[in-house]
Amino acid sequence: MNTTRAAWVFITPALIVLGLFFLLPVVAALVLSVTDYDLYALADIRNLRFVALENYWTLLQRPLFWSALGHTVYFVVVGVPLSLGASLGAAMLLNSPLARFKPFFRTALFAPVVTTVVAVAVIWRYLFNTKYGLVNYTLDSIGMPTVDWLGDPHWAMPTIILFAVWKNFGYNMIIFMAGLQAIPGDLYEAARIDGASAWAQFRHITLPMLKPTMVMVGILTVSGYFQLFAEPYVMTEGGPLQSTTSVLYLMYEEGFKWWNLGSASAVAFILFVIMFVVTAAMLRLSKRGEPA
Amino acid sequence: MRVARLALVAALVLASAGLASCAKEDSGTRTLEFWTIGREGEAVQKLLPEFEREHPGLHVSVQQLPLTAAHQKLLTAYAGDSTPDITQLGNTWIPEMVALGALEPLDARVHASKVVDKGDYFPAIWSTNVIDGTLYGVPWYVDTRLLFYRKDMLAKLGYDHPPKDWAEWQAMMAKLSQPKGKAFGVLLPTNEFEQLLALALQQPEPLLRDDGRYGNFQSAGFKKALAFYVSLFKEQQAPMMTNVGIGNPWAAFGQGFYAFYLSGPWNIGEFRKRLPPGQQGDWSTTPLPGPTGPGASNAGGSSLVIYRASKHKDDAWALIEFLSRPAIQERFYQILGDMPPRRSSWAAPALRDDDKAIAFRDQLERVKATPPVAEWERIVTEMQLVAAQAAHGDLTIDQAAAEIDRRADRLLEKRRWMLDHGHKATP
Repeated sequence: MNTTRAAWVFITPALIVLGLFFLLPVVAALVLSVTDYDLYALADIRNLRFVALENYWTLLQRPLFWSALGHTVYFVVVGVPLSLGASLGAAMLLNSPLARFKPFFRTALFAPVVTTVVAVAVIWRYLFNTKYGLVNYTLDSIGMPTVDWLGDPHWAMPTIILFAVWKNFGYNMIIFMAGLQAIPGDLYEAARIDGASAWAQFRHITLPMLKPTMVMVGILTVSGYFQLFAEPYVMTEGGPLQSTTSVLYLMYEEGFKWWNLGSASAVAFILFVIMFVVTAAMLRLSKRGEPA
Repeated sequence: MRVARLALVAALVLASAGLASCAKEDSGTRTLEFWTIGREGEAVQKLLPEFEREHPGLHVSVQQLPLTAAHQKLLTAYAGDSTPDITQLGNTWIPEMVALGALEPLDARVHASKVVDKGDYFPAIWSTNVIDGTLYGVPWYVDTRLLFYRKDMLAKLGYDHPPKDWAEWQAMMAKLSQPKGKAFGVLLPTNEFEQLLALALQQPEPLLRDDGRYGNFQSAGFKKALAFYVSLFKEQQAPMMTNVGIGNPWAAFGQGFYAFYLSGPWNIGEFRKRLPPGQQGDWSTTPLPGPTGPGASNAGGSSLVIYRASKHKDDAWALIEFLSRPAIQERFYQILGDMPPRRSSWAAPALRDDDKAIAFRDQLERVKATPPVAEWERIVTEMQLVAAQAAHGDLTIDQAAAEIDRRADRLLEKRRWMLDHGHKATP
């Protein structure tokens, strides 16, 4: 009896904070998403109409929503494997006994994670400038055709992906390094004695031993990448031709640029459902059998 | 126990903060919160010491908002009850703020004013501040789009004058766009709606119909403007570029990458600064050519508005009157190049004798206001997105016009409901 009471007392502050700053906003957003809360409702609440699921319905009929979803999925499907690959590769290089200046490289590769997006985006915009950028200059000097990286609708998203991968891979690299260091060295020793090649060692020791790390990192990265926002916001403002407008960017524009909080909340819930389904499926898959 | 003590401490802190702010009010200095958007904030700070000298005990605190964040900030400030006393407001945003009921009507103050004289302002610019017969802002500076052009490049083709109408303009651009894809007639950044909007405003038909209930983009006039706009891209007379993609439009203009640039007054200063002295005689400005003879352009610019929630409305009005004086507007032009909305300010030598500014004076008599509905900004944004698709060749002119109408009608749905149910869209 007394212990139960004590337990409640202990968790009450946490519950209050969670309820106030998490549960309440979520419920409020859910309520908002079935109304047409907009500028007029902001002026006078009597202008608010209950619209049931109309926000969701209109959204599903809007080509921009589908293209935003398409861009987001494109970003996730290409970006996540690239990001994980880059992180794992960098982690293995740094973990190799042959590597020199490890602390330096670890810091250098982690640096993009802790720098502000806005600051590095400015640099990247210079690098990828069509006429004066270093990237096009290099392409030009080796005789390759130059590309309008941020201005061409086909190239803007790949550029954003490159930027995001570069910006984020350091974080996962650190986690992978911790995972790699936890793999006992005698496994590799035994494999070498049996004559296993480097690839076979990677395939049959490193990957299986890294599986728990991989699952966690994969799920975190997928849910992070679904929330693509800052990169297009600072690099392209969703353009050109809305080719880098992500779901979250669409929500931001609906909600804070045009103040259509009703439909912005609907966007948020649809994204939530999608992310929930995808990450749940990933968790399911990882429990069932071999990791990818 | 602990929670109670915390609450007590919090209450004490709040109370003392409240006391402190009261104390500040009583000591005689009043602070006027003034928000500015873009570069105006820096320039206006050079004028304010004089205002503060004239009004002892009044301090103006200027907060500069970047243009890209200003719209959100103004709406969020209203939602959070933290609006300033006075703000600069793009005149196309006034209908939105009026729909919110955030702004103070200014008719009575203007009537009583010796400084702000309605008849002295360019009428179309003034009219952007009048919503349903009530005045909500005083124009601060004007912004309209016209043509910057390379005199020397036209001279080489045998033209001793800038284009007067679309036909002549297009003939010039066809000759200038050689070799194809390397040189262009005109720069129309595909992410800016102002260029197409200016061409559309030259047409007789209004852009919205039935008191702003529906879009009117399938009118013959708009289709004509859209077809002209799209043809410039189709025939490679305008590069398919955003203003991000072009990088440095001033250098490209100097290098002859394009000979016409449809842009606004701030670029006079930019071109003076960025082009080498030897090239300064090579460029000029001219009013925007219309379908037949000199055409209209948009009545853009910023106004000064007072928030209804302000506690210092008289002081805010004093600041508006100060900034509306022709002498002050002349200095403002000299600092920043923002063009004054009053005819008498244009009589000042700095403007009258400026060969690049004269074209704007002429254009300002022929500007047109956009429809005063709160949704306008969204409609015109959608218009440009669809127009860019048409320029890309994804849509025909008819398809694009129908699509813009469809999107405009969807955006205006709430406005229609408000008007039809007796809710006032503009309180």
